[in-house]
Amino acid sequence: MIQWLNDPGNWTAQGGIFDQLWAHLQYALIALVVAIVLALPLGLLIGHTGRGRWLVTVANAVRSLPVLGLLILLYVMLAPHIHGRGDTVYLLPTEIVLILLAVPPLLASTVAGVENVDPAVRDAAAGMGMRGGQVVRKVELPNALPLVFSGLRSATLQVIATATVAAYLGLGGLGRFVYDGQASQNFAERNAGALLVALLAVVADLLLAVAQRYTVSRGVSGRFSSRPDASTSAEGGPPELPAPPATHTA
Amino acid sequence: MIRFESVSKKYPDGTLAVDELDLVAPSGRITVLVGPSGCGKTTSLRMINRMIEPTDGRIWLDDRDTASVPTHELRRGIGYVIQHAGLFPHRTVVDNITTVPELLGQDKKRARARAMELMERVGLPAQLAKRYPAQLSGGQQQRVGVARALAADPPVMLMDEPFSAVDPVVRAQLQNEFLRLQGELGKTIVFVTHDIDEAIKLGDQVAVLRVGGHLAQLASPADLLAAPADTFVAEFVGRDRGYRALGFAGAGRLPLHHEHSVALGSGLGEAREAGVDGWVLVTDAEERPQGWLRTDRLADAASGETVVQEQLNLGGTLASENATLREALDSALSSPSGRGVIVDGSGLLLGTVTASEVLARIEQQRVAADGPSVRRTGAGEAS
Repeated sequence: MIQWLNDPGNWTAQGGIFDQLWAHLQYALIALVVAIVLALPLGLLIGHTGRGRWLVTVANAVRSLPVLGLLILLYVMLAPHIHGRGDTVYLLPTEIVLILLAVPPLLASTVAGVENVDPAVRDAAAGMGMRGGQVVRKVELPNALPLVFSGLRSATLQVIATATVAAYLGLGGLGRFVYDGQASQNFAERNAGALLVALLAVVADLLLAVAQRYTVSRGVSGRFSSRPDASTSAEGGPPELPAPPATHTA
Repeated sequence: MIRFESVSKKYPDGTLAVDELDLVAPSGRITVLVGPSGCGKTTSLRMINRMIEPTDGRIWLDDRDTASVPTHELRRGIGYVIQHAGLFPHRTVVDNITTVPELLGQDKKRARARAMELMERVGLPAQLAKRYPAQLSGGQQQRVGVARALAADPPVMLMDEPFSAVDPVVRAQLQNEFLRLQGELGKTIVFVTHDIDEAIKLGDQVAVLRVGGHLAQLASPADLLAAPADTFVAEFVGRDRGYRALGFAGAGRLPLHHEHSVALGSGLGEAREAGVDGWVLVTDAEERPQGWLRTDRLADAASGETVVQEQLNLGGTLASENATLREALDSALSSPSGRGVIVDGSGLLLGTVTASEVLARIEQQRVAADGPSVRRTGAGEAS
C-alpha cells in the first residue's frame, strides 16, 4: 500500500489520486452546502417557534435507511426522467443520498442548540424590543453555534466517508480506488483509497474545528484569555487597585 | 405614568391570572407589585410591555394606549430587567449594554461612551467592559442588566424580581444602590417581588396582590404596615410589622449620654477604669466606634498590655444621628452594654442612648401623632 501511494504516477495520472480527491471533495461539498441551506434555517425556525419537532424525528429515521439500497433505488427511479448529457444521471442520486445523510445531524443539533438557549436570555431579547428575526439572528444563532458546529462536523465526517459510494455508480472520487482495487484484487490500491478517505475526513474536521474557534464567541465557548482577576470576583466594591510600590527611604 | 384600566388576563384553560386590575404607577416613582406566587404580579408587569397580551382592558403609558403601538417599538422605549439578568452570553458587557441603542440605530460610538458612563453609574469598574457575562458574579451581572435597561434612557423601567437571585448581602447592596440611582434618575418604575421586606424598602407605593389577580391594597409602605386593609394583607405583611413600621419614623433628637470611650491601643488599665457597668466602648484614633470591651472580666491587667481588636465584642449596631426609630432601637437592643451607639454622618461617636429612652420617644410620638404618624425618612441604612 505504501508502495502504491509512493508511486508518483498514481497521483498525477488522469484519474489519479489528485483527480479523484478533487472529485470526492466536490461531491461532499455540494451535499454539505445544500444540507446547510436546508437544515440550518429550518432548524432555527423549529427551535425558535418550538413547532415542527416531528421533522427532526423524521429526518433521523431517514438516516437509518441503507445507503447502497437507497442509492440504487433512487437511480432506478430517477434514471428514466433524466435525459441530460454527462454524469447527471449518476450524480443526482448520489448527492440526494449524501444530503439525506447530512441533514439529520445538522437539523437535530441546530434545533437542540436553539432550544438550549437560556429562556431568560430569549425573554430579555424579546423584552428589549428585538423582532423575531432579530432574536434568531442576534441571539439564538450565536448561542447555538457550538452545537451547530458539532452537527456540521459529524455531517461532514459522514458525507466524506459515504461519498465513496459515488464510485459504485461509475462516478469518480476516492471510492474509485476502493471499488477498482477490490475488483482487480489490487488490495494495495483498495487500502490506500480507504486510507485517503479517512485522512480527508480528519483534515476536514480539523479545518472545521479552526473555523469554529474563530466564529463562536468566547463568551459562549468559555475560552477566556485571562482568568478573572480579583476585581471580578470581588462583589460590588470599587475596583481593586494594585498596591502602590513600597517606597523605602534608606 | 402607567395606568391599568380594568385589565384582565384569562388563559385559554380558564385560569384567571389577573382580574380587572385598576392601578396607576405615577411618574418618577417606584410602584412595587408584591404578593404570593400565583397572584399575577409578574403577569401584570409583563402586560405593560406586552410580553403577555391582556385579554381585556387597556394599559396606558401616559396618554398612549400600549395596544396601539407595535410591540417591538413599545419595548424599545421601556427598560426591562429580569430575575437572572438574562444577559447575552455571546456579547461582552459593553455590547450587552448597547443592545437597545443598537436596535434603535443610534450612533455606535456615542452608545459605547454612554455605556461606559452607565457602568460607572451602576458601580461596575470600567475594566469589566470587555468581559463576558460568564466571567461576572451574579451581583455584577445584575448590575449589567440594570445598565442595559437604562442604555436608551427610557422613562419607564420594568423590573421583575431583579435582586432575588443573589445572596442577601449583595441584595441589600444592590437595593441601596438602586434607591440611590433612582434618586438621581427619577424613572417611572414598576417592580415585582415576592419579598414584602423588599417591597417596603423600595416602594414609594406598594400594591399587594392576592391569588387570582386581585388588588388587595395599594398604599405607601408606612400605611401598609400601619393599616392593612384586610386579614390577607395583614398576614402577608407579617408579624413584626409594628417593629418594622418604626423604620419609617425618624427618631428625631434623642437625648444622648456622653460615653467615655478608649482608643484601640490604650492600656488595659485605663480601659478598666473607664468601664461602666462592665463595658467600655472602644474607638479608633479618630473616635469611630469599633466595638465593646468587657471590663469586669479583665484579669488584673499587666500594665503593659493594650486594647486590641481581637478582644472586642462586635455585636452592637450603630445608628446615625438622623436614624429612624428602628435603627436607634436596634442599636440599643444589640449593644452588649445596653447602650446604643449613635454616630454622626462621618461615623464619629456622638454618644449613647438606652432602649427605654428610645421607647419613651416612640410613646411620645404616638401621643403626639394624629392617626398614623409615620412618615418616610431617607432610605439609606445606617448600620
